[in-house]
Amino acid sequence: MSESKVHFYSNEPLVALLGNPNCGKTALFNLLTGSRQKVANYSGVTVERKEGRLALESGKNVRVLDLPGAYSLYPRSLDEKVTCNVLLGRAEGEKRPDLVICVLSAMNLRRNLRLVLAAKRLGLPCVVVLNMLDIAKRQGLQIDTAALSNELGLPVLTSIGIQSDGADEIKQFLSNLDWRNLNALRTGTSDATLENVASHIAHTETDNIQVQRILQNLKLDQIIPDQLSDRLDAVLLHPVFGPIILVVLLFCIFQAVFSWATVPMDLIKSSVEFLGAQIVEVLPNGWMRSLLINGILAGLGGVVIFLPQILILFFFILLLEESGYLPRAAYLLDRVMGSVGLSGRSFIPLLSSFACAIPGIMATRSISNARDRMVTILIAPMMTCSARLPVYALLISAFVPEQKLWAGIDLQGLVLFTLYLAGIFGAMAVAWILKRFTSEQFRMNALMMELPSYHLPRLGNLAISLWQRAEIFLRRVGGVILVMTISLWVLSSFPFPPEGATGSPIQYSFAGMLGEALAHVFSPIGFNWQISIALVPGMAAREVVVSSLATVYALSSSSVDAADALIPLISGTWSLATALSLLAWFVFAPQCLSTIAAVKRETGGWKIPVIMLSYLFGLAYIASFITYRVAIFLGLG
Amino acid sequence: MGYIQAKKAYCMNLDQVDLGSLYRVSEVNAPKGAPQIKGQLEDIGFLPGEQVTVLRKGLLGKGPYMVRIGASTFALRQSEVRMISVESASHV
Repeated sequence: MSESKVHFYSNEPLVALLGNPNCGKTALFNLLTGSRQKVANYSGVTVERKEGRLALESGKNVRVLDLPGAYSLYPRSLDEKVTCNVLLGRAEGEKRPDLVICVLSAMNLRRNLRLVLAAKRLGLPCVVVLNMLDIAKRQGLQIDTAALSNELGLPVLTSIGIQSDGADEIKQFLSNLDWRNLNALRTGTSDATLENVASHIAHTETDNIQVQRILQNLKLDQIIPDQLSDRLDAVLLHPVFGPIILVVLLFCIFQAVFSWATVPMDLIKSSVEFLGAQIVEVLPNGWMRSLLINGILAGLGGVVIFLPQILILFFFILLLEESGYLPRAAYLLDRVMGSVGLSGRSFIPLLSSFACAIPGIMATRSISNARDRMVTILIAPMMTCSARLPVYALLISAFVPEQKLWAGIDLQGLVLFTLYLAGIFGAMAVAWILKRFTSEQFRMNALMMELPSYHLPRLGNLAISLWQRAEIFLRRVGGVILVMTISLWVLSSFPFPPEGATGSPIQYSFAGMLGEALAHVFSPIGFNWQISIALVPGMAAREVVVSSLATVYALSSSSVDAADALIPLISGTWSLATALSLLAWFVFAPQCLSTIAAVKRETGGWKIPVIMLSYLFGLAYIASFITYRVAIFLGLG
Repeated sequence: MGYIQAKKAYCMNLDQVDLGSLYRVSEVNAPKGAPQIKGQLEDIGFLPGEQVTVLRKGLLGKGPYMVRIGASTFALRQSEVRMISVESASHV
């Protein structure tokens, strides 16, 4: 996690944005810093860290830190822990902020003001910003900012997070500020101690009384319901229409991720092939050419190929999140997911894993509960991703007869459906088992999810977030995928076959040796040495197994011909039990280094990816063993 | 004495209230196994005296519940809703 320590312009003052979740803080952050943002993780944790730079009119530059949303300064969630540590100057590699901007939603002063009172006790210079003032005005809420400022003893600024000039008052204020002497904005004593349970309980009570008093003095103790949101909820959360709308919406998203992405993906694939063909013309046959085409080019292509799906999926997720619908979708799905110990938030990441586990795993960022997020990441690879389809198609068309069953059901289709179901049931079973084994404290896992008011998403905010996702993927996951692909190329290409060798060159390589050793491990589940070798380069991606099987059988290696040429070959030489066993293997086995790279990135260490690799390989072996033995018993050997 | 009795009579847990009616939070009782939930609920606004309305009870009334507390709306599971005792707003 070294990147979090690399701050640009570390001598400039640091301004931290503090606020409740859903107070419009991030929109405000985008207004202040525009595209000059850097996204990383906080040191040692998977909480996203957003910093940007703001050039003030006075010519001074300040760093702006968008702290994770917090309901209080008593750390309960991982997000709140980070926020508290940064504010207390205890976060590793973080400077204590010079100024805290408390962002309040004008729509929910009651809860937001309690956070301001807690922030004042930190002993840091503080400024209050009343955000969402436009909505408040529209709903007839008159807030006397001067009176509020009087009550709090702090300057109160106003902002409109969804208007391009909505943060101008803050910019002006920061520009006029005397940064060498901020003591006037310091109200609390400067003993920076983390609130302990006792003091927090004591403060909760007194703060609550004080907030009630402030609201009464400002004549704001009436609650005005958000009628637009209530009307929308009457339809979108309707017991009958709500779920129907959700299913239609999810279907459209799934379709989009699956089918819209194919056009750019095919384009990327054909450009990679075109580039490869150009290299073939220029360079003589040799290891250099092979490295360029099968190592570097394949690796780069293998990285970029994921971008269309990631961008499309995140476009929809961000749209739903910004509009306020995503938590409602989670609300609707909570019962279903709750039965296996997850929350509704896990649904969309798991659904998108049917297209590809990588965007799915990246989408787990929208799960606020850390445990739920880990479990979702762990089971996501069991959703049947599109890369399994070429393997399934090859094996099914080679071994499952084209035959109609009752009611015109196609046998091949039925097998494919069973494979999908096997993955889903496997994932649910693992989630359920993990629920049994997590400690009591985490099992009392509360939902407590805020359902914010609906609002129209802003395209600018969407674009910034989308760009950040793409950057995170290319920079941090892409590098690992590239290195892994090149390493696999080295394994499958060296050493060269001896003079006069008759077999396929891969047989004599490290991958070949590894595969032959693995053949002993795999013989109880019915894999021959050809399969065992093909599984080694197949770690790059599942669909690579098809072409590497062709390589092992010394066939032409272009993927389209490969499958056609392989079908008669394998249906003649493999037993049905072997084929079924290999199908079972692919339901569970994590034959995808890119997924592992993404998990490593998202969890900030090797622990979770190692757990994932071992349990999925274990599960795959057991499933294949049972399948193979049962098939042999039934006389299919 | 009479007041306490009257108060008791109108005191109930949030999972038993009528949909759409206004209540006031009287207290949050966290189970022994998970005392931290009380603080969590307080942080999001379940403090004594605060106005609360259950907007939806989910499928078959088993949650998740959609609860308006103060000016914000939260989804809570049945186990959490049960910890919150309320009294009818008209009797406070």
